[in-house]
Amino acid sequence: MDAHIQVKNLNVYYGKQQALKNINIEIPKNQITVIMGPSGCGKTTLLKTFNRFLELLDGAQISGEVLVDGQNIYDREVDVTEVRKAVGLLAQRPSPLPMSIYDNVAYGMHIHKMKSERKEYKAAVRHYLEIAGLWEEVHKRLHDPATSLSIGQQQRLCLARGLAVEPEIILGDEPTSALDPISSQNIESRLLQLKQQYTTVIVTHTLRQAKRLADYVIYMYLGEVIEAGPAREVFTNPKHERTKQYLEGLF
Amino acid sequence: MSRFITQDITRTEDQATRSSAALRTRQDQAAKRTFFIITLLPVFLIVTITVALLVRAWPIISAYGLSDLLLGEVWRPNNGQFGFWPFILGTVWVTTVGVVLSVPACLLVSIYLAEYAHARTRSLAKPILDLLAAIPPVVYGVWGLLAIVPFVDNVLAPLSDRWLGSVSIFSVTQPTGFGILSAGIVLAVMISPLIISVIYEIFSTVPHDLRHASLAVGATQWQTIRNIVLPQVAPGILAAVVLGASRALGETIAVLMVVGNVPNVPTSVFDSAYPLPALIANNYGEMMSIPLYDAALLGAALVLLVVILIFNILSTLVLQRMLRRKWA
Repeated sequence: MDAHIQVKNLNVYYGKQQALKNINIEIPKNQITVIMGPSGCGKTTLLKTFNRFLELLDGAQISGEVLVDGQNIYDREVDVTEVRKAVGLLAQRPSPLPMSIYDNVAYGMHIHKMKSERKEYKAAVRHYLEIAGLWEEVHKRLHDPATSLSIGQQQRLCLARGLAVEPEIILGDEPTSALDPISSQNIESRLLQLKQQYTTVIVTHTLRQAKRLADYVIYMYLGEVIEAGPAREVFTNPKHERTKQYLEGLF
Repeated sequence: MSRFITQDITRTEDQATRSSAALRTRQDQAAKRTFFIITLLPVFLIVTITVALLVRAWPIISAYGLSDLLLGEVWRPNNGQFGFWPFILGTVWVTTVGVVLSVPACLLVSIYLAEYAHARTRSLAKPILDLLAAIPPVVYGVWGLLAIVPFVDNVLAPLSDRWLGSVSIFSVTQPTGFGILSAGIVLAVMISPLIISVIYEIFSTVPHDLRHASLAVGATQWQTIRNIVLPQVAPGILAAVVLGASRALGETIAVLMVVGNVPNVPTSVFDSAYPLPALIANNYGEMMSIPLYDAALLGAALVLLVVILIFNILSTLVLQRMLRRKWA
């Protein structure tokens, strides 16, 4: 397997409570990996170690390694902003920045001074809005506030904003859980289209979504990885009893 | 059928319990009314004080006219000259210097506490800052007298004379240390706890999701604060500053101990001044035989009260709107 992310001996504590127990997994490049498991099993915690968001919480302690392309992102000399530029996050609830639609997409590019001319920014904003499937709907009102969009449109805007800083990895923390079925489907189809160019890691608690999206599956329970493998194998022939029970909907 | 009707006058066998319930209801209502009246008392007080000041100041307002009174530059009660202008300007100068000195530092401290500080640092620093607010003004006055006035006289005035002497608002004409700058420094320290705690509170109204959205694309914490958080809290910061200013406007004892109390129109931060509260506190009750003197001092009090009321109402309205958003 061509691993993009490797996790080695990762342990996370919230105060005295251990949230992740000795995680060792690999996440394949340019595929969709789905992390699933019952709520409270540490899915989101694991996801947030990949863009170093966990350290935003007071009292979270992390040990072990997360390697992206072989580089441990927790090394002292690593610049956390570069990590987050390379590893985009689609949050659970869409969080448009309090500015215009255009400025939302251009925000990250400005932060990293990725372009030099207005024209280039304009072209890039259009490009990423097209990729996110939003251009047709918003091109006449690019300078309206982003909050004037529907929730589903907002989430696609957030996708465009994340893609605009040219990440290699997209993280999705239950990215459709706040959306209606049609908007969810829209986001899912975007993610499927994008998987050739991006390594995608999605946390979900719905089994059906996992089955629709996953190339590779990680099943977690109580802070441990119970089973990880190609989706077809795990879904049709789970090796572990707990995974089997989960897939049968026993809990 | 009549289960919940406690004030029923028809006699029944359980009349005893029933009348005790009726008594409780009546007590409850009496308590409610009492609390309501007590709550209204402050409103009533503000209205009566304002009206009383207006009535008592009326003789001088009707004799001189409001504009002559407010804009008159000479204060010689013995000659019948009552110009408030030196005192109004003194108040403005002292307050402005205090606010200008205090706000940048307050802003930085609040940003640090709200955005950067570890929970443990925060829980240590906040109570200490709040303690600054508990120091009595007269203690600040003594501190100003013993520490700030000599510091201004021996250090700041010579420095300013040497480097900024040509700029009129920094020129040193009467080097004593007593004056606007000393009062401003003392005020800056006194109003800081209030401004910091209000700005800090405003920062906590910004949802974490917004900060995370910015951090997630690789923005630094400072970029996030400057681009996302600060624009959101800007009106609240302004309101906090106005609230601090209204506190500074009314500060009396600490200011009058260091400001020099000379009724001239000040032109430099090193000049002495005579703010309105100091005027009232120093003179009310003395020399009351001078005609209209009493009315003049109460007129000064009225001016001060009205300005502070307007400041407070404006900032409270803005802050209420912002804090409501936090719980919405």
